Amino acid sequence: MNRTVDTLLLANVSRRRFLQGLAAGSALVVAARWDLAAAAEDKQYGAAGMPYGWVDNPNVFIQIDEDGSVTVTNHRAEMGQGIRTSLVMVAADELGADWSKVKATQAPGDSETYGNQDTDGSRSMRHWFDPMRRAAASARRMLEQAAAQRWDVPVDECQAGVHVIVHTPSGRELGFGELAAAARELDIPSRDSLTLKPESEWRLIGKSLGPSHASDTASLERAPAVDGEDIVSGKAIYGGDIRLPDMAYAVIARPDVLGASVASVDDSETLKIPGVIKTVRLEGTSQPSSFHPLGGVGVIADNTWAAIEGRKALKIQWNTEGLDANAGYDTESYRKMLEQRADSPGKVLRASGDIEAALADAESRHSATYYMPHLAHATMEPPVAIARVSADEAETWAPVQDPQSARDQVTEQLGIDGTNVKVNQTLLGGGFGRKAKPDFVVEAAHLSRALDGRPVQLQWTREDDLHHTYFHALSVDRLEAGLGSDGKVQGWRHRTLAPTIMSIFQDDPKYKATYELGMGLTPLPFDIPALSLENGEAPAHKRIGWFRSVVNLPHAFAIQSFVAELAASAGRDHRDYLLELLGPAREIDPLAVGATWNYGEDPERYTIDVGRLRGVIERATEEADWGKSLPAGRGQGLAVHHSFCSYTAIVLDVEVDDQGSVIVHQADVAFDCGPRVNPERIRAQMEGSVVMGIGIGLLNEISASGGRIEQDNFHQYLLPRQANAPREVRVHLVDNPDAPMGGVGEPGLPPVAPALTNAIFAATGKRIRELPVGNQLKG
Amino acid sequence: MISLTINDQQHELDVPEQMPLLWALRDVVNLTGTKFGCGMGLCGACTVHLDGAAVRSCVTPVAAAAGKHVTTIEAMATDAVGSKVQEAWLDVGVAQCGYCQAGQIMSATAFLKDNANPSDDDIASAMGGNICRCGTYNRIRTAIHRAAGQEEQA
Repeated sequence: MNRTVDTLLLANVSRRRFLQGLAAGSALVVAARWDLAAAAEDKQYGAAGMPYGWVDNPNVFIQIDEDGSVTVTNHRAEMGQGIRTSLVMVAADELGADWSKVKATQAPGDSETYGNQDTDGSRSMRHWFDPMRRAAASARRMLEQAAAQRWDVPVDECQAGVHVIVHTPSGRELGFGELAAAARELDIPSRDSLTLKPESEWRLIGKSLGPSHASDTASLERAPAVDGEDIVSGKAIYGGDIRLPDMAYAVIARPDVLGASVASVDDSETLKIPGVIKTVRLEGTSQPSSFHPLGGVGVIADNTWAAIEGRKALKIQWNTEGLDANAGYDTESYRKMLEQRADSPGKVLRASGDIEAALADAESRHSATYYMPHLAHATMEPPVAIARVSADEAETWAPVQDPQSARDQVTEQLGIDGTNVKVNQTLLGGGFGRKAKPDFVVEAAHLSRALDGRPVQLQWTREDDLHHTYFHALSVDRLEAGLGSDGKVQGWRHRTLAPTIMSIFQDDPKYKATYELGMGLTPLPFDIPALSLENGEAPAHKRIGWFRSVVNLPHAFAIQSFVAELAASAGRDHRDYLLELLGPAREIDPLAVGATWNYGEDPERYTIDVGRLRGVIERATEEADWGKSLPAGRGQGLAVHHSFCSYTAIVLDVEVDDQGSVIVHQADVAFDCGPRVNPERIRAQMEGSVVMGIGIGLLNEISASGGRIEQDNFHQYLLPRQANAPREVRVHLVDNPDAPMGGVGEPGLPPVAPALTNAIFAATGKRIRELPVGNQLKG
Repeated sequence: MISLTINDQQHELDVPEQMPLLWALRDVVNLTGTKFGCGMGLCGACTVHLDGAAVRSCVTPVAAAAGKHVTTIEAMATDAVGSKVQEAWLDVGVAQCGYCQAGQIMSATAFLKDNANPSDDDIASAMGGNICRCGTYNRIRTAIHRAAGQEEQA
């Protein structure tokens, strides 16, 4: 991966400007860039294809002070994935900085300056590794030039050591701080003059550092963690932790039914509560709501508790006229409707061979319907935002995944000139896709304006979060296969039905968008003679949104479960059967199978690599000692999935006890993301994915009745706890340094739930097709 | 006026008796290290010590803390066990987003004062009230063993 010049250098700037213009216009750009599927002729991939593209100007990201301290600006959202540490590590390593003298600072929402800041899609490192290295290499070059001038020697004789520039013939040294002022006056070197450090010289990138990795040559006692000490001492600043003078606190009563508005409100009891300042009626929005708030009644008070108490005392009549479908939304009957629709053909997305003949002529025929409910992200930090808004200026502080999007929304929805809108970024107490939607920042801005510009902190309670998030779509997947006399799959039909995320951006299309289908459905990598992949109609009655790994979750659950079912019916070992179904190592062209979105990446560089799928399966099963003998009531389950340009296979060793409780003894995760920047954080992401996936498998379920979400808090929306974690998680990072860099935050999650239910089948013989497992194994 | 001692400092708070300690700490005293997660004592993000015992401050009325010692995450560096727990958390690299970790550390510290030599099962049981959505449970377990000086288990 020693590329001195990479594909990013070929970025088309005019394209960036075009998208930039769109971004200022509407949240639709968010939808548009997800679905830039039908390739325009000048289509750009990777970072260059994102709104505002990339920036590699050293003056934007790296500041060196006379005292030698180095400050690196992180412009991506930190939500636990570790990007604030990892990107700073990249800059520090390339610059030659001493880690103990490096600080991080956080960029506000300003993508014209910093480039794209939309932190989702597992793309921060994939898109920013090269620009950040170039920025740091430029800064290093400027220090070398400053030293050459000071010594009056050729610049080629000056080379960065650790936090010093060395005159190599004489061994003289000057510290970064001593050169900072002079370096600042120099021109930025041209890109083609830069030489990036070869891998052999990396001190931080790609290294496993700290006591957890004693086998490596650790140069640091602990793994780098920019916010580590602040977090353990309670000093880290999240969305609700800013305290401004004269700040008020607020909550909002929002309608249960999507699209409903306030018909009337009686706030007389509310205003009697000590500390309550005022109530504010907030406009709702017609559908599609995009990033507009849901409306309702805000209660502003001296403290959060008074606001919560004040909200309890409101008497609100809601107007649901013309909203019968949303007001009648009942997930149980909705699911039945989707299951019925799965009996009929859907829109055909991808077909090969004669599926009808292959099914009709099969030696045996199998069919299964899989269900995944709505999910709520339930970030431990519920949405929260602070805003201070005057007539023509706004400033906000909030934990958002895309601060530029928050800025655009405040600009648009409050009618303020964008140059007067400042969006400050805090740490995120979890994101998982929820905080890519800045509706809560807009709410805070409206409340501050209603309070004549006093700063207001808007807090979502847990109930608000579970009732009103942008839900992960409820999904039904029907799979059907015909096996030959040899047990091999001759025909495969997959019908998928789920409301689409696009329903929040446009009149409900009722079909999954190309990018949703491209998440593990259309890129199906199996070697099967006859295939039909279909999508049926499913209207949306709630705001549907991204949840970590998005539509990969139901697709992987259905496909990886069904393969295990077929293997069992053919009397074959699941691992062998899965490898056979994948066929020989080969690279599938994403465009050839209709996966045109391809996570926004160049299909020539980022193919669907069956060899890498096979590789992670082989690694995970070897490490887990696949097929080992286990006591009764215990079994191993396997699943594999390709998503966000990375490859993950998981083996879980699971026990189902006499009470029907599930204990996960061991998880073996084999992960191939190509080149690795921060292996320690990659391991952490895999560990976390296993736990979150166990939650999706065993516990998580959001349901609706009469248009209202039935789960109010964590006694009803169950999340994995300490006892649900595997006794041991073993992460096996697959070496593949020459592959294109893949994502890390999301690709670990999709295979967890099917590995779990496959293990439950191995342990008990009971096949779980409906998530979560819940009480299905009890009594 | 309700008087209570927070991190060894005396405070007189002019708040309703029923106000949960969490909001008194965050919105009145401006100690924001203690986090809001659920408001029902279900997630542990708001855990503080009341006379040394771990309590959920979101369901503890401020009046119940009157005359008692409230200790929050901000004071753990000066607590003999708490500082060990913090160090172990850093050594192991527990935190991801970090939002729940103040509560985790407060629970772990109170627990280790009661049980200096915990088993995995002890930890699962004692830490069962603290949710981590990022899923750092395995590292929390490792860090608690490490703080207890049980290196062989860490």
